[in-house]
Amino acid sequence: MEHWFLNIAHWLTSWLVSLGLAPVWAEVILLVGQWTCIVGIITLNVLVLIWLERKVAGFMQQRLGPNRLGPYGFFQTIADTLKLLTKEDIIPSQTDKLIFKIAPMFFIIVSVMLYAVLPMGQDMAVVNLNVGLFYFISVGSLSTICLLMAGWGSNNKWSLLGAMRSVAQMISYEIPLAFSLLGVVMISGSLNLSDIVQAQHNLWFILLQPVAFITFFIAATAELNRGPFDMPEAEQELTAGAFTEYSGMRWALFFLAEYTNLVAVSALAATLFLGGWQGPFLPSWLWIILKTYLIMMVFMWLKWTFPRIRMDHLMSLSWKVLIPISLVNIVLTGAGIEIFRWMGW
Amino acid sequence: MFTTDIYTINIGPQHPSTHGGLHVEALMDGEVVKDAIVHLGYVHRSMEKIAESRTYTQFIPYTSRLDYLATHLPTLGYVQAVEKLMGVEVPERAEYIRVILGELSRIASHMLFVGSLAIDLGATTGLIYCLRDRERIMDMFEMSSGQRLLASYMRIGGVIQDLPEEFFPAVDRFLNDLHGMIEEYNGLITGNEILQARCKGIGILSPEEAIAYGVTGPNLRASGVLYDLRKADPYGIYERFEFEIPTGQHGDCLDRLIVRIKEIEQSGYIIRQALKKMPTGEVRGKVPKLLKPEKGKEVYHRIESAKGELGFYLVSDGTEKPFRVHVRAPSFVNLMILPLISRGGKLQDIIANIATLDPVLGESDR
Repeated sequence: MEHWFLNIAHWLTSWLVSLGLAPVWAEVILLVGQWTCIVGIITLNVLVLIWLERKVAGFMQQRLGPNRLGPYGFFQTIADTLKLLTKEDIIPSQTDKLIFKIAPMFFIIVSVMLYAVLPMGQDMAVVNLNVGLFYFISVGSLSTICLLMAGWGSNNKWSLLGAMRSVAQMISYEIPLAFSLLGVVMISGSLNLSDIVQAQHNLWFILLQPVAFITFFIAATAELNRGPFDMPEAEQELTAGAFTEYSGMRWALFFLAEYTNLVAVSALAATLFLGGWQGPFLPSWLWIILKTYLIMMVFMWLKWTFPRIRMDHLMSLSWKVLIPISLVNIVLTGAGIEIFRWMGW
Repeated sequence: MFTTDIYTINIGPQHPSTHGGLHVEALMDGEVVKDAIVHLGYVHRSMEKIAESRTYTQFIPYTSRLDYLATHLPTLGYVQAVEKLMGVEVPERAEYIRVILGELSRIASHMLFVGSLAIDLGATTGLIYCLRDRERIMDMFEMSSGQRLLASYMRIGGVIQDLPEEFFPAVDRFLNDLHGMIEEYNGLITGNEILQARCKGIGILSPEEAIAYGVTGPNLRASGVLYDLRKADPYGIYERFEFEIPTGQHGDCLDRLIVRIKEIEQSGYIIRQALKKMPTGEVRGKVPKLLKPEKGKEVYHRIESAKGELGFYLVSDGTEKPFRVHVRAPSFVNLMILPLISRGGKLQDIIANIATLDPVLGESDR
């Protein structure tokens, strides 16, 4: 069970080589196959996640949630997706057409790119990049531009307000997010995500870096635009923020991308703080899925409990609280490492 | 080279958190509100004009449509105004039933206020908790009149029928659970750090300004003015009950929330006392089929509705139809302070301000 997916990959490569293909081309085909798998899994997973989110919300609000279509309403999201697919594609006449159209595509592409470096099991990262963490953060910040494109291209004041808010918010929270991860990097001595997982063989980093985990978690909620930090959408104030003018499948792409981001960031949190794919009895890929879902449940719990924070409070939380805390955390981590080294551990 | 413009942003009439067809034109400098202009009239149904072409009794169902969230209170106000005009005696039992249902309406309205404030600030779960509890009041209304939202239960000279048997255990159970519900709201909504940050010191209304603008009801009491028509100018049988009038200190959004939650509790006490003292007997006095007040007689009657001072001004011309009906709608008056308390705040504060002023557009546009 542990090596199912690796075995399939090996078998596929050797089969392609035996057909007379050069090993390089076999690798390329394998890579394409891997990407197709990732995109497929993401899309199907989002269907499950939306259903799960609605069920969690229903549970928290003492109601049933979707329960008409299929067992426990499981096929509700499929019906919703079919509805979105068949809806008329409305592009308002005053929009900046090109930007309006490509914004959702960019958003989903950026979200999928995050998965390149995530180790989804032992030796199961698509690209085992030695600056994986750096790659993840830099690609993750690209989604800001997509939201700005959506808000600007829509030519709507609500959209623009939502977009400006998201830019301000995401840039501010990028800093504590990166700083909180520095502690982990300092201890493990690597930016490679697989190496970071290996370094947690004895002790998960959540125990060594509890402050960093909390800072990371808050900053990640803001990065993901999820409640209580869902400024760019802010339904009650900005109608739908940057997505006000979008409908049908274009809107669904944004939705898809947000959930894709959610899974990616939760998986990163599991990788960096919860020991990644390491765990007893079960195969490694199942462990990372379990841990990812655990973190996503916490995200959902937060979203359905808290009211939305105000924009200026949000900014001061980042600049006045999270950044100083994460800086102090870095200093303390460095001092701790020195002390341990001096004591000869 | 770089200049900033003041831009206009239209909140409503189609907007998720304007509580109906309210249109607020906000002049914004970035996220800061320079001014807000309230445009009304999207829910105008010419209630006052309709009244002129209906008999006194026929207008009763329309009054429920004024403040549909506290259905019995506007009906009570109208019915009592006509009784004052005609000099009709109301049986004791009917008076107590009116108090019980009126206070239940007040609780229902305030519960929806707490929930809608929560969802306007982004906490969806808060709304559902409040709706869950409000549902029990709706069930009680259904028991008494067969209608949930627009009951039209009051009649000139009493109420249409006696309360059914199953109403009393239901209201007892509800009152027993009321304290727990309030604890829950305080834990989930009022006690939340983010909600407090968004409400404390936002939309401050000083007592002087509140009086100058004619603000009434919980909004006025949140500013620290002890003024409740149930005590200041008792109508019906309100002198017979003991209750407190909760007031706030700062007049901000948080005080407006806390005052309403405390009022829910006080209304519970009133209902308990009314249930204890309630006599048996008739529920409808002797009233002629067709009411014809004296010519030229006019009357103004005001009650403390869930939103504030709700007044009915009736003028008779001697026929079976009123010559003129005017409704002094508290929502309308209370909404007028929205620009005053929103100026200088953030865009998100406007939403909190609208929510805590608790307007019902059906009442304000009439």
